[in-house]
Amino acid sequence: MNETLWSERQKSTWKTKLGLAEMLKGGVIMDVTNVEQAQIAAEAGAQAVMALERVPADIRAQGGVARMSDPGMIAAIQKAVSIPVMAKCRIGHFVEAQILEALGVDFVDESEVLTPADNSFHVDKHKFRVPFVCGCRDLGEALRRIGEGAALIRTKGEAGTGDIVEAVQHLRSVRDGIRRLTNLPGEELMSEAKSIGAPYDLVVEVSLTGRLPVPNFSAGGVATPADAALMMQLGAEAVFVGSGVFKSSDPVKRARAIVDAVAHYQDPERLVQLSHNLGDPMSGIATEQLENEQKLAGRGW
Amino acid sequence: MQRVGIVAFQGDVDKHGAMLTAIGAEPVEVRTQRELTIVDRLIIPGGESTTIGMLMEREGLLAAVRHRLNEGMPVFGTCAGMILLADKIIESSQPRVGGLRITVERNGYGRQLESFETALPVPELAAAPISAVFIRAPIVRALGAGVRALARFEDVAVLVRQDHLLAASFHPELTRSTEVHRYFLSL
Repeated sequence: MNETLWSERQKSTWKTKLGLAEMLKGGVIMDVTNVEQAQIAAEAGAQAVMALERVPADIRAQGGVARMSDPGMIAAIQKAVSIPVMAKCRIGHFVEAQILEALGVDFVDESEVLTPADNSFHVDKHKFRVPFVCGCRDLGEALRRIGEGAALIRTKGEAGTGDIVEAVQHLRSVRDGIRRLTNLPGEELMSEAKSIGAPYDLVVEVSLTGRLPVPNFSAGGVATPADAALMMQLGAEAVFVGSGVFKSSDPVKRARAIVDAVAHYQDPERLVQLSHNLGDPMSGIATEQLENEQKLAGRGW
Repeated sequence: MQRVGIVAFQGDVDKHGAMLTAIGAEPVEVRTQRELTIVDRLIIPGGESTTIGMLMEREGLLAAVRHRLNEGMPVFGTCAGMILLADKIIESSQPRVGGLRITVERNGYGRQLESFETALPVPELAAAPISAVFIRAPIVRALGAGVRALARFEDVAVLVRQDHLLAASFHPELTRSTEVHRYFLSL
Protein backbone atom coordinates (compact mmCIF):
# COMPACT_ATOMS: atom_id res chain seq x y z
CA MET A 1 0.00 0.00 0.00
CA ASN A 2 1.32 3.41 -1.00
CA GLU A 3 0.56 5.72 1.93
CA THR A 4 1.85 8.77 0.09
CA LEU A 5 -1.30 8.80 -2.03
CA TRP A 6 -4.33 10.57 -0.59
CA SER A 7 -6.68 7.91 -2.03
CA GLU A 8 -4.93 5.14 -0.13
CA ARG A 9 -5.39 6.85 3.23
CA GLN A 10 -9.19 7.04 2.99
CA LYS A 11 -11.51 4.76 4.95
CA SER A 12 -13.15 1.67 3.59
CA THR A 13 -16.29 3.51 2.56
CA TRP A 14 -14.18 5.44 0.12
CA LYS A 15 -13.45 2.17 -1.71
CA THR A 16 -17.12 1.27 -1.95
CA LYS A 17 -18.09 4.76 -3.10
CA LEU A 18 -15.35 4.80 -5.67
CA GLY A 19 -16.21 1.21 -6.58
CA LEU A 20 -19.65 2.17 -7.83
CA ALA A 21 -18.16 5.03 -9.84
CA GLU A 22 -15.79 2.49 -11.44
CA MET A 23 -18.75 0.24 -12.32
CA LEU A 24 -20.46 3.13 -14.12
CA LYS A 25 -17.61 3.66 -16.57
CA GLY A 26 -18.19 3.30 -20.28
CA GLY A 27 -21.90 3.93 -20.38
CA VAL A 28 -24.67 6.50 -20.43
CA ILE A 29 -26.54 8.03 -17.48
CA MET A 30 -29.84 9.55 -18.58
CA ASP A 31 -31.98 12.27 -17.00
CA VAL A 32 -35.55 11.01 -16.55
CA THR A 33 -38.59 12.76 -15.10
CA ASN A 34 -41.01 9.85 -14.66
CA VAL A 35 -41.31 6.06 -14.54
CA GLU A 36 -42.07 5.74 -18.25
CA GLN A 37 -38.92 7.61 -19.22
CA ALA A 38 -36.87 5.58 -16.73
CA GLN A 39 -38.06 2.39 -18.39
CA ILE A 40 -37.24 3.73 -21.85
CA ALA A 41 -33.75 4.59 -20.61
CA ALA A 42 -33.22 1.16 -19.02
CA GLU A 43 -34.47 -0.66 -22.12
CA ALA A 44 -32.15 1.40 -24.30
CA GLY A 45 -29.21 0.17 -22.20
CA ALA A 46 -28.59 3.18 -19.95
CA GLN A 47 -26.45 2.04 -17.02
CA ALA A 48 -28.07 4.47 -14.56
CA VAL A 49 -30.75 7.14 -14.48
CA MET A 50 -30.84 10.59 -12.91
CA ALA A 51 -34.30 11.18 -11.44
CA LEU A 52 -35.38 14.82 -11.55
CA GLU A 53 -38.61 16.77 -11.95
CA ARG A 54 -37.54 18.97 -14.84
CA VAL A 55 -34.76 18.37 -17.34
CA PRO A 56 -32.28 21.26 -17.55
CA ALA A 57 -33.81 22.63 -20.78
CA ASP A 58 -37.13 23.12 -18.95
CA ILE A 59 -35.46 24.58 -15.85
CA ARG A 60 -33.80 27.08 -18.18
CA ALA A 61 -37.04 27.87 -20.03
CA GLN A 62 -39.33 28.08 -17.00
CA GLY A 63 -36.99 29.81 -14.58
CA GLY A 64 -37.82 30.04 -10.87
CA VAL A 65 -35.99 28.19 -8.09
CA ALA A 66 -34.98 24.65 -9.05
CA ARG A 67 -34.90 22.30 -6.02
CA MET A 68 -34.47 18.62 -5.14
CA SER A 69 -37.23 16.49 -6.71
CA ASP A 70 -40.21 15.09 -4.82
CA PRO A 71 -38.99 11.96 -2.98
CA GLY A 72 -42.17 10.15 -4.05
CA MET A 73 -41.25 10.58 -7.70
CA ILE A 74 -37.69 9.36 -7.05
CA ALA A 75 -38.98 6.36 -5.07
CA ALA A 76 -41.33 5.40 -7.92
CA ILE A 77 -38.38 5.35 -10.32
CA GLN A 78 -36.28 3.31 -7.85
CA LYS A 79 -39.06 0.76 -7.82
CA ALA A 80 -39.48 0.70 -11.60
CA VAL A 81 -35.87 0.00 -12.67
CA SER A 82 -33.08 -2.30 -11.47
CA ILE A 83 -30.20 -0.03 -12.56
CA PRO A 84 -28.71 2.58 -10.18
CA VAL A 85 -30.79 5.69 -9.53
CA MET A 86 -29.15 9.05 -8.93
CA ALA A 87 -30.79 12.29 -7.81
CA LYS A 88 -29.73 15.91 -7.50
CA CYS A 89 -29.42 18.18 -4.49
CA ARG A 90 -28.68 21.91 -4.57
CA ILE A 91 -25.09 23.07 -4.10
CA GLY A 92 -24.46 23.29 -0.35
CA HIS A 93 -27.91 21.94 0.60
CA PHE A 94 -26.78 19.16 2.92
CA VAL A 95 -30.30 18.50 4.19
CA GLU A 96 -31.53 17.70 0.69
CA ALA A 97 -28.51 15.38 0.52
CA GLN A 98 -29.51 13.75 3.83
CA ILE A 99 -33.02 13.18 2.49
CA LEU A 100 -31.67 11.58 -0.69
CA GLU A 101 -29.36 9.35 1.34
CA ALA A 102 -32.23 8.29 3.60
CA LEU A 103 -34.24 7.53 0.47
CA GLY A 104 -31.48 5.11 -0.57
CA VAL A 105 -30.46 6.68 -3.89
CA ASP A 106 -27.25 5.19 -5.28
CA PHE A 107 -25.51 8.50 -6.06
CA VAL A 108 -26.21 12.13 -5.14
CA ASP A 109 -25.39 14.79 -7.72
CA GLU A 110 -24.61 18.09 -5.99
CA SER A 111 -25.58 19.97 -9.08
CA GLU A 112 -25.22 23.45 -10.55
CA VAL A 113 -28.36 22.69 -12.60
CA LEU A 114 -30.41 23.36 -9.46
CA THR A 115 -30.41 26.79 -7.81
CA PRO A 116 -27.52 26.94 -5.30
CA ALA A 117 -28.49 26.90 -1.63
CA ASP A 118 -25.13 28.26 -0.49
CA ASN A 119 -23.11 30.93 -2.27
CA SER A 120 -19.80 30.03 -0.61
CA PHE A 121 -19.68 26.38 0.38
CA HIS A 122 -20.42 22.91 -0.93
CA VAL A 123 -21.70 19.91 1.03
CA ASP A 124 -19.12 18.12 3.22
CA LYS A 125 -19.46 14.87 1.33
CA HIS A 126 -17.16 12.86 3.60
CA LYS A 127 -19.92 12.86 6.20
CA PHE A 128 -22.20 10.78 3.98
CA ARG A 129 -22.34 7.08 3.26
CA VAL A 130 -23.89 7.71 -0.15
CA PRO A 131 -21.38 8.60 -2.89
CA PHE A 132 -21.50 12.05 -4.56
CA VAL A 133 -20.85 13.25 -8.07
CA CYS A 134 -19.99 16.92 -8.65
CA GLY A 135 -19.43 19.12 -11.67
CA CYS A 136 -16.25 20.98 -12.58
CA ARG A 137 -14.90 23.28 -15.27
CA ASP A 138 -11.20 22.81 -14.62
CA LEU A 139 -8.74 20.74 -12.60
CA GLY A 140 -8.76 23.00 -9.55
CA GLU A 141 -12.53 22.75 -9.22
CA ALA A 142 -12.39 18.97 -9.74
CA LEU A 143 -9.80 18.56 -6.95
CA ARG A 144 -11.72 20.84 -4.56
CA ARG A 145 -14.80 18.63 -4.99
CA ILE A 146 -12.76 15.43 -4.57
CA GLY A 147 -11.17 16.96 -1.48
CA GLU A 148 -14.69 17.48 -0.11
CA GLY A 149 -15.40 13.79 -0.75
CA ALA A 150 -16.86 13.49 -4.27
CA ALA A 151 -16.27 9.95 -5.61
CA LEU A 152 -17.02 10.89 -9.20
CA ILE A 153 -16.42 14.04 -11.25
CA ARG A 154 -18.28 15.21 -14.32
CA THR A 155 -17.18 18.13 -16.40
CA LYS A 156 -20.13 20.53 -16.43
CA GLY A 157 -20.61 21.64 -19.98
CA GLU A 158 -23.66 23.88 -20.25
CA ALA A 159 -26.74 21.89 -19.23
CA GLY A 160 -29.99 22.24 -21.15
CA THR A 161 -28.47 23.82 -24.24
CA GLY A 162 -27.78 20.89 -26.56
CA ASP A 163 -24.56 22.73 -27.40
CA ILE A 164 -21.45 20.60 -26.87
CA VAL A 165 -18.88 23.41 -26.98
CA GLU A 166 -18.65 24.03 -23.22
CA ALA A 167 -18.44 20.31 -22.46
CA VAL A 168 -15.47 20.07 -24.80
CA GLN A 169 -13.80 23.10 -23.25
CA HIS A 170 -14.22 21.85 -19.69
CA LEU A 171 -12.94 18.36 -20.43
CA ARG A 172 -9.95 19.73 -22.32
CA SER A 173 -9.26 22.10 -19.45
CA VAL A 174 -9.19 19.28 -16.87
CA ARG A 175 -6.95 17.14 -19.03
CA ASP A 176 -4.60 20.04 -19.79
CA GLY A 177 -4.38 20.71 -16.07
CA ILE A 178 -3.43 17.07 -15.40
CA ARG A 179 -0.80 17.05 -18.13
CA ARG A 180 0.68 20.26 -16.73
CA LEU A 181 0.94 18.77 -13.22
CA THR A 182 2.75 15.67 -14.45
CA ASN A 183 5.46 17.92 -15.90
CA LEU A 184 6.02 20.17 -12.88
CA PRO A 185 8.96 19.51 -10.56
CA GLY A 186 8.04 18.72 -6.96
CA GLU A 187 9.08 22.09 -5.55
CA GLU A 188 6.54 23.87 -7.77
CA LEU A 189 3.52 21.84 -6.65
CA MET A 190 2.63 23.92 -3.59
CA SER A 191 2.48 27.15 -5.60
CA GLU A 192 0.52 25.35 -8.30
CA ALA A 193 -1.94 24.09 -5.65
CA LYS A 194 -2.34 27.67 -4.46
CA SER A 195 -2.81 29.05 -7.95
CA ILE A 196 -5.48 26.51 -9.04
CA GLY A 197 -7.13 26.47 -5.60
CA ALA A 198 -6.73 22.73 -5.04
CA PRO A 199 -5.74 20.63 -2.00
CA TYR A 200 -1.97 20.10 -2.01
CA ASP A 201 -2.12 16.34 -1.35
CA LEU A 202 -4.38 15.81 -4.34
CA VAL A 203 -2.11 17.95 -6.52
CA VAL A 204 0.78 15.69 -5.49
CA GLU A 205 -1.22 12.56 -6.24
CA VAL A 206 -2.25 13.75 -9.72
CA SER A 207 1.30 14.81 -10.51
CA LEU A 208 2.49 11.27 -9.64
CA THR A 209 -0.30 9.25 -11.28
CA GLY A 210 -1.23 11.46 -14.23
CA ARG A 211 -4.93 10.96 -13.61
CA LEU A 212 -7.73 12.03 -11.30
CA PRO A 213 -8.17 9.74 -8.27
CA VAL A 214 -11.82 9.23 -9.29
CA PRO A 215 -13.44 8.59 -12.69
CA ASN A 216 -14.14 11.61 -14.89
CA PHE A 217 -17.41 11.65 -16.82
CA SER A 218 -18.78 14.28 -19.20
CA ALA A 219 -22.06 16.20 -18.97
CA GLY A 220 -23.86 19.23 -20.31
CA GLY A 221 -24.78 19.55 -23.98
CA VAL A 222 -24.79 16.03 -25.45
CA ALA A 223 -27.60 15.87 -28.05
CA THR A 224 -26.41 13.35 -30.65
CA PRO A 225 -24.56 10.01 -30.81
CA ALA A 226 -21.65 11.89 -32.38
CA ASP A 227 -21.54 14.30 -29.41
CA ALA A 228 -21.35 11.35 -27.01
CA ALA A 229 -18.59 9.64 -29.01
CA LEU A 230 -16.70 12.95 -29.20
CA MET A 231 -16.61 13.24 -25.41
CA MET A 232 -15.44 9.61 -25.10
CA GLN A 233 -12.67 10.15 -27.65
CA LEU A 234 -11.59 13.27 -25.77
CA GLY A 235 -11.11 11.10 -22.67
CA ALA A 236 -14.43 11.10 -20.81
CA GLU A 237 -15.02 7.73 -19.12
CA ALA A 238 -18.83 7.87 -19.45
CA VAL A 239 -21.48 10.37 -20.52
CA PHE A 240 -24.42 12.03 -18.79
CA VAL A 241 -27.26 12.94 -21.15
CA GLY A 242 -29.78 15.40 -19.77
CA SER A 243 -32.28 17.06 -22.05
CA GLY A 244 -30.77 15.50 -25.19
CA VAL A 245 -32.88 12.34 -25.18
CA PHE A 246 -36.34 13.32 -23.99
CA LYS A 247 -36.37 16.74 -25.70
CA SER A 248 -35.77 15.08 -29.08
CA SER A 249 -38.50 13.94 -31.48
CA ASP A 250 -37.88 10.18 -31.02
CA PRO A 251 -36.49 9.47 -27.52
CA VAL A 252 -36.64 5.65 -27.82
CA LYS A 253 -34.46 5.59 -30.92
CA ARG A 254 -32.13 8.35 -29.78
CA ALA A 255 -31.58 6.83 -26.34
CA ARG A 256 -30.47 3.55 -27.85
CA ALA A 257 -28.32 5.27 -30.48
CA ILE A 258 -26.46 7.26 -27.82
CA VAL A 259 -25.88 4.10 -25.73
CA ASP A 260 -24.53 2.28 -28.79
CA ALA A 261 -22.38 5.29 -29.73
CA VAL A 262 -20.67 5.24 -26.32
CA ALA A 263 -20.11 1.46 -26.57
CA HIS A 264 -18.57 1.80 -30.05
CA TYR A 265 -17.16 5.32 -29.81
CA GLN A 266 -13.97 4.47 -31.70
CA ASP A 267 -15.74 2.91 -34.70
CA PRO A 268 -16.81 5.55 -37.28
CA GLU A 269 -18.58 3.01 -39.51
CA ARG A 270 -20.73 1.96 -36.59
CA LEU A 271 -21.39 5.62 -35.78
CA VAL A 272 -22.65 6.12 -39.35
CA GLN A 273 -25.16 3.28 -38.97
CA LEU A 274 -26.50 4.32 -35.62
CA SER A 275 -26.78 8.02 -36.49
CA HIS A 276 -29.25 7.31 -39.34
CA ASN A 277 -32.87 8.51 -39.21
CA LEU A 278 -33.05 9.50 -35.58
CA GLY A 279 -35.57 12.31 -36.12
CA ASP A 280 -34.90 15.81 -34.82
CA PRO A 281 -32.46 16.41 -31.95
CA MET A 282 -33.45 18.88 -29.23
CA SER A 283 -33.48 22.30 -30.82
CA GLY A 284 -31.07 23.79 -28.31
CA ILE A 285 -29.54 27.15 -27.56
CA ALA A 286 -26.12 28.22 -28.78
CA THR A 287 -24.15 28.96 -25.60
CA GLU A 288 -22.43 31.94 -27.26
CA GLN A 289 -25.84 33.65 -27.18
CA LEU A 290 -26.11 33.21 -23.42
CA GLU A 291 -25.16 36.02 -21.07
CA ASN A 292 -22.73 34.97 -18.37
CA GLU A 293 -25.41 35.05 -15.66
CA GLN A 294 -27.54 32.69 -17.76
CA LYS A 295 -24.81 30.05 -17.68
CA LEU A 296 -25.28 27.37 -15.05
CA ALA A 297 -21.65 26.22 -15.16
CA GLY A 298 -20.50 29.31 -13.25
CA ARG A 299 -22.20 27.98 -10.12
CA GLY A 300 -19.65 26.22 -7.91
CA TRP A 301 -17.00 27.65 -5.62
CA MET B 1 1.65 -14.92 -23.01
CA GLN B 2 -2.02 -15.68 -22.52
CA ARG B 3 -4.47 -13.41 -24.30
CA VAL B 4 -7.37 -12.68 -22.00
CA GLY B 5 -10.40 -10.98 -23.49
CA ILE B 6 -12.44 -8.51 -21.44
CA VAL B 7 -15.98 -7.73 -22.57
CA ALA B 8 -15.47 -4.00 -23.00
CA PHE B 9 -18.79 -2.25 -23.49
CA GLN B 10 -19.28 -0.95 -19.99
CA GLY B 11 -17.95 -1.32 -16.44
CA ASP B 12 -14.54 -1.55 -14.82
CA VAL B 13 -12.79 -2.96 -17.89
CA ASP B 14 -9.57 -1.06 -17.22
CA LYS B 15 -9.29 -2.43 -13.67
CA HIS B 16 -9.31 -6.02 -14.96
CA GLY B 17 -6.85 -4.96 -17.65
CA ALA B 18 -4.43 -3.52 -15.07
CA MET B 19 -4.74 -6.67 -12.95
CA LEU B 20 -4.00 -8.94 -15.94
CA THR B 21 -1.00 -6.86 -16.98
CA ALA B 22 0.32 -7.00 -13.40
CA ILE B 23 0.28 -10.81 -13.40
CA GLY B 24 1.80 -11.22 -16.83
CA ALA B 25 -1.18 -11.79 -19.13
CA GLU B 26 -2.22 -9.72 -22.14
CA PRO B 27 -5.63 -8.01 -21.83
CA VAL B 28 -7.66 -7.69 -25.06
CA GLU B 29 -10.82 -5.57 -25.21
CA VAL B 30 -13.67 -7.52 -26.80
CA ARG B 31 -16.59 -5.70 -28.41
CA THR B 32 -17.10 -7.80 -31.55
CA GLN B 33 -17.29 -11.48 -32.52
CA ARG B 34 -14.05 -11.07 -34.44
CA GLU B 35 -12.23 -9.85 -31.35
CA LEU B 36 -13.55 -12.85 -29.43
CA THR B 37 -11.86 -15.25 -31.86
CA ILE B 38 -8.35 -14.12 -30.90
CA VAL B 39 -8.57 -14.63 -27.13
CA ASP B 40 -7.74 -17.73 -25.07
CA ARG B 41 -10.06 -16.92 -22.19
CA LEU B 42 -12.58 -14.25 -21.29
CA ILE B 43 -13.54 -11.97 -18.40
CA ILE B 44 -16.98 -10.40 -18.06
CA PRO B 45 -16.35 -7.40 -15.80
CA GLY B 46 -18.34 -5.57 -13.16
CA GLY B 47 -20.80 -2.95 -14.35
CA GLU B 48 -24.51 -3.01 -15.06
CA SER B 49 -25.54 -6.51 -16.10
CA THR B 50 -28.57 -5.36 -18.12
CA THR B 51 -26.48 -2.86 -20.09
CA ILE B 52 -23.63 -5.29 -20.76
CA GLY B 53 -26.06 -8.10 -21.65
CA MET B 54 -28.04 -5.94 -24.08
CA LEU B 55 -24.94 -4.66 -25.83
CA MET B 56 -23.54 -8.22 -26.10
CA GLU B 57 -26.84 -9.37 -27.57
CA ARG B 58 -26.85 -6.57 -30.16
CA GLU B 59 -23.39 -7.79 -31.30
CA GLY B 60 -24.31 -11.47 -31.37
CA LEU B 61 -21.76 -11.91 -28.59
CA LEU B 62 -24.04 -13.78 -26.19
CA ALA B 63 -24.34 -16.69 -28.59
CA ALA B 64 -20.70 -16.46 -29.60
CA VAL B 65 -19.46 -16.55 -26.00
CA ARG B 66 -21.84 -19.42 -25.20
CA HIS B 67 -20.37 -21.34 -28.14
CA ARG B 68 -16.76 -20.77 -27.02
CA LEU B 69 -17.71 -21.60 -23.45
CA ASN B 70 -19.22 -24.92 -24.53
CA GLU B 71 -15.99 -25.66 -26.42
CA GLY B 72 -14.11 -25.25 -23.14
CA MET B 73 -12.90 -21.64 -23.10
CA PRO B 74 -12.43 -20.52 -19.45
CA VAL B 75 -14.69 -17.61 -18.51
CA PHE B 76 -14.56 -15.49 -15.35
CA GLY B 77 -17.34 -13.10 -14.30
CA THR B 78 -17.25 -10.55 -11.48
CA CYS B 79 -20.49 -9.11 -10.08
CA ALA B 80 -22.39 -8.18 -13.28
CA GLY B 81 -20.29 -10.87 -14.97
CA MET B 82 -21.50 -13.44 -12.43
CA ILE B 83 -25.11 -12.47 -13.18
CA LEU B 84 -24.53 -12.84 -16.92
CA LEU B 85 -23.07 -16.33 -16.45
CA ALA B 86 -25.84 -17.52 -14.11
CA ASP B 87 -28.44 -19.99 -15.41
CA LYS B 88 -31.12 -18.50 -13.18
CA ILE B 89 -31.66 -14.87 -12.19
CA ILE B 90 -34.49 -14.32 -9.75
CA GLU B 91 -37.29 -12.17 -11.22
CA SER B 92 -35.37 -11.35 -14.37
CA SER B 93 -35.43 -12.53 -17.97
CA GLN B 94 -32.60 -10.23 -19.04
CA PRO B 95 -30.28 -11.31 -21.87
CA ARG B 96 -27.39 -13.40 -20.53
CA VAL B 97 -24.73 -15.95 -21.48
CA GLY B 98 -25.77 -18.58 -18.93
CA GLY B 99 -24.02 -21.92 -18.44
CA LEU B 100 -23.12 -21.61 -14.76
CA ARG B 101 -25.55 -23.68 -12.69
CA ILE B 102 -26.32 -21.14 -9.99
CA THR B 103 -29.30 -19.02 -9.00
CA VAL B 104 -28.56 -15.37 -8.24
CA GLU B 105 -30.58 -12.46 -7.01
CA ARG B 106 -29.56 -9.07 -8.40
CA ASN B 107 -28.63 -6.43 -5.82
CA GLY B 108 -29.19 -9.19 -3.25
CA TYR B 109 -26.96 -7.44 -0.74
CA GLY B 110 -28.94 -4.21 -1.20
CA ARG B 111 -28.46 -0.85 -2.86
CA GLN B 112 -25.30 1.24 -2.83
CA LEU B 113 -25.65 2.16 0.86
CA GLU B 114 -25.23 -1.56 1.66
CA SER B 115 -22.06 -1.89 -0.42
CA PHE B 116 -19.14 -3.03 1.74
CA GLU B 117 -15.54 -4.14 1.96
CA THR B 118 -14.25 -7.18 3.85
CA ALA B 119 -11.30 -9.51 4.35
CA LEU B 120 -12.32 -12.80 2.78
CA PRO B 121 -10.68 -16.15 3.54
CA VAL B 122 -10.14 -18.21 0.37
CA PRO B 123 -8.13 -21.15 1.75
CA GLU B 124 -7.57 -22.87 -1.61
CA LEU B 125 -6.14 -19.75 -3.21
CA ALA B 126 -4.38 -17.78 -0.51
CA ALA B 127 -2.87 -18.30 2.94
CA ALA B 128 -4.17 -14.97 4.23
CA PRO B 129 -7.64 -13.50 3.64
CA ILE B 130 -7.92 -11.48 0.42
CA SER B 131 -9.60 -8.08 0.31
CA ALA B 132 -13.00 -8.10 -1.34
CA VAL B 133 -15.22 -5.17 -2.32
CA PHE B 134 -18.95 -5.80 -2.80
CA ILE B 135 -20.80 -3.12 -4.82
CA ARG B 136 -24.58 -3.49 -5.17
CA ALA B 137 -23.59 -7.13 -5.33
CA PRO B 138 -25.67 -10.09 -6.49
CA ILE B 139 -26.29 -12.78 -3.89
CA VAL B 140 -25.98 -16.48 -4.74
CA ARG B 141 -29.21 -18.22 -3.68
CA ALA B 142 -28.52 -21.77 -4.91
CA LEU B 143 -25.66 -23.89 -6.25
CA GLY B 144 -26.43 -26.57 -8.85
CA ALA B 145 -24.66 -29.85 -9.61
CA GLY B 146 -20.92 -29.55 -10.15
CA VAL B 147 -20.64 -26.05 -8.73
CA ARG B 148 -18.22 -25.60 -5.85
CA ALA B 149 -17.96 -22.65 -3.47
CA LEU B 150 -14.32 -21.53 -3.13
CA ALA B 151 -15.22 -18.79 -0.67
CA ARG B 152 -18.17 -17.93 1.51
CA PHE B 153 -19.17 -14.73 3.26
CA GLU B 154 -21.67 -15.16 6.11
CA ASP B 155 -22.34 -18.72 4.89
CA VAL B 156 -23.23 -17.59 1.39
CA ALA B 157 -21.08 -18.58 -1.61
CA VAL B 158 -19.32 -15.55 -3.07
CA LEU B 159 -16.70 -17.23 -5.28
CA VAL B 160 -17.78 -20.30 -7.25
CA ARG B 161 -16.25 -22.64 -9.79
CA GLN B 162 -17.82 -25.08 -12.23
CA ASP B 163 -15.16 -26.73 -14.41
CA HIS B 164 -13.68 -23.87 -16.46
CA LEU B 165 -16.19 -21.26 -15.26
CA LEU B 166 -15.35 -18.95 -12.35
CA ALA B 167 -17.60 -16.28 -10.86
CA ALA B 168 -17.34 -13.84 -7.96
CA SER B 169 -20.05 -11.63 -6.51
CA PHE B 170 -17.29 -9.23 -5.39
CA HIS B 171 -14.56 -7.31 -7.21
CA PRO B 172 -11.01 -8.63 -6.77
CA GLU B 173 -10.03 -6.26 -9.59
CA LEU B 174 -10.69 -3.23 -7.35
CA THR B 175 -8.07 -4.39 -4.84
CA ARG B 176 -4.43 -5.40 -4.81
CA SER B 177 -5.30 -9.08 -4.30
CA THR B 178 -4.15 -10.87 -7.44
CA GLU B 179 -4.94 -14.42 -6.25
CA VAL B 180 -8.33 -14.82 -7.93
CA HIS B 181 -7.07 -13.64 -11.30
CA ARG B 182 -4.01 -15.90 -11.02
CA TYR B 183 -6.32 -18.81 -10.22
CA PHE B 184 -8.44 -18.01 -13.27
CA LEU B 185 -5.36 -18.12 -15.49
CA SER B 186 -4.61 -21.61 -14.16
CA LEU B 187 -8.03 -23.06 -15.12
